[in-house]
Amino acid sequence: MKAVEVRGLARVFNAGRPNAVDALVGIDLEIESGSFVSLIGPSGCGKSTLLRLIANLLEPSAGEVLVNGKTALRARLDQDYGMAFQQAGLFDWRSVVKNVELPLELKGWDKLKRRQRATEMLDLVKLSEFAGHLPWQLSGGMQQRVAIARALAAHPPLLLMDEPFGALDEMTREHMQGELLRICGETSTTVVFVTHSIPEAVYLSTRVVVMSRRPGRITDEIDVDLGTTRSEETREADAFFKKITEVREALRSDDLPGRGITDIRDIEGR
Amino acid sequence: MSGAPRTAIRGMLPPVLFGAAFVALWEAAVKVFDLKPYFLPPPSGIWLEFRENIQLIWEATQVSGMNALIGLLIGTLLGVAMSFLLARSRILDQLVTPLAIALNAVPIFVLVSVFNNMFSITSEVPRRLMVTLVVYFIVLVNVAKGLTQVDLTQLDLLRSYAAGDGAILRKLRVPNAVPYLFTALKIAAPASVITAFVSEYFGGSQNGLGSRIVSNIAISKNATAWAYVLGACVLGLTFYLVSVVFEGVATPGGVSSRDRDAS
Repeated sequence: MKAVEVRGLARVFNAGRPNAVDALVGIDLEIESGSFVSLIGPSGCGKSTLLRLIANLLEPSAGEVLVNGKTALRARLDQDYGMAFQQAGLFDWRSVVKNVELPLELKGWDKLKRRQRATEMLDLVKLSEFAGHLPWQLSGGMQQRVAIARALAAHPPLLLMDEPFGALDEMTREHMQGELLRICGETSTTVVFVTHSIPEAVYLSTRVVVMSRRPGRITDEIDVDLGTTRSEETREADAFFKKITEVREALRSDDLPGRGITDIRDIEGR
Repeated sequence: MSGAPRTAIRGMLPPVLFGAAFVALWEAAVKVFDLKPYFLPPPSGIWLEFRENIQLIWEATQVSGMNALIGLLIGTLLGVAMSFLLARSRILDQLVTPLAIALNAVPIFVLVSVFNNMFSITSEVPRRLMVTLVVYFIVLVNVAKGLTQVDLTQLDLLRSYAAGDGAILRKLRVPNAVPYLFTALKIAAPASVITAFVSEYFGGSQNGLGSRIVSNIAISKNATAWAYVLGACVLGLTFYLVSVVFEGVATPGGVSSRDRDAS
């Protein structure tokens, strides 16, 4: 079954006004259950917009989005996906464990069941001993782990992540990538992951979707065949570097010939 | 463990010493320059009057304090209620909020003479109404801000959990507004006392601290007037300190404000 199906999707911001922007045009995308798909591209290519359209936090201007075969709206109302952002977005008046319980509260779970699941999730992200702490007492990486535990608390089949490690330092970031792969492997969750780091996209993904801007569209899809279990050794393998080069060239080829020149004309025209 | 109280004492020491030095200098200046009591009474003379009139000052303090307290409570309740309405309705918000902010910046307590005209001469209602109005706008502006200026990531998260407006209000807007309410109270508490005093300058019963200050000055009992000023200072400080204690209880260790500063 397809976790996500996107057909002919477009989104215009400020539609009908002089400052209208085509954020996305003609997006077709299919994401298999159990895969890990990264959306990569320069700032303003619409990758976050695409993620928000899949999450039904935005309405499309044209086309349709299906999540687990349902409309995006139905999937949101059924809480079929969990979400994590660049900011951990923890509620600072709630303890760590109560933050993880939040999506379960909104699902109407009773207190005992909530606490039990939240404790399991904190175990999974290795933060059990911090259950009673308040968010500001945790480091940035730990806060992001709490956010992941919260996103997965209701065991959604799909996880949508918008540059979740963007604000972390390189060491923490690599550690978190390993943790994310382990957690998603253990919970067999499908992931759609927005990033602008090429190594991050290659290391995590089974497929990298390359996007370009003005208007935002998909220019390439690159399968990453580095095996299902990836370790720190993966980062030093030749195949890893070859994939990085491939993705980099896909990003660059989009920028160089036609589009680069129109950009320069734009600047000179002013 | 003894570190925190010790630093607290160390922090309080300089202002206390400065205050003591100021009073000593005042006393000395009155003696050295032989200032007349009708110009500036010495602190020792004020203290003498304060102890002699303690019963009267206490009664006047109760009158002014009660006016301030009633106005503070009603103003807070109305302000909170209105801020919830503003958070619900964008149109109402656009109509009322700019007005509330503007009114917060002008000394609306001068309206008290208008209110005096509306009620009987011995009524405490105009003064309480005035305090209510001043407190109302302070609370309204701050709590409305707390209800509307929420973290956008958290708002997106709640929507991704299929939360409706009611759940977003309970889980996000209200908890987010709590520190704003206590900030408002910290401003409104002293303001309520000041408004209660100043309201008494515009006529009405001669029973509160403000009116006693005016009437004692009118009969040239300057030291007595200053004794009432001392009572007014104590009342104002009490209101402020209570609001600070409330804030400490509601947000232990100032947790919320610390986190907001960090992020």
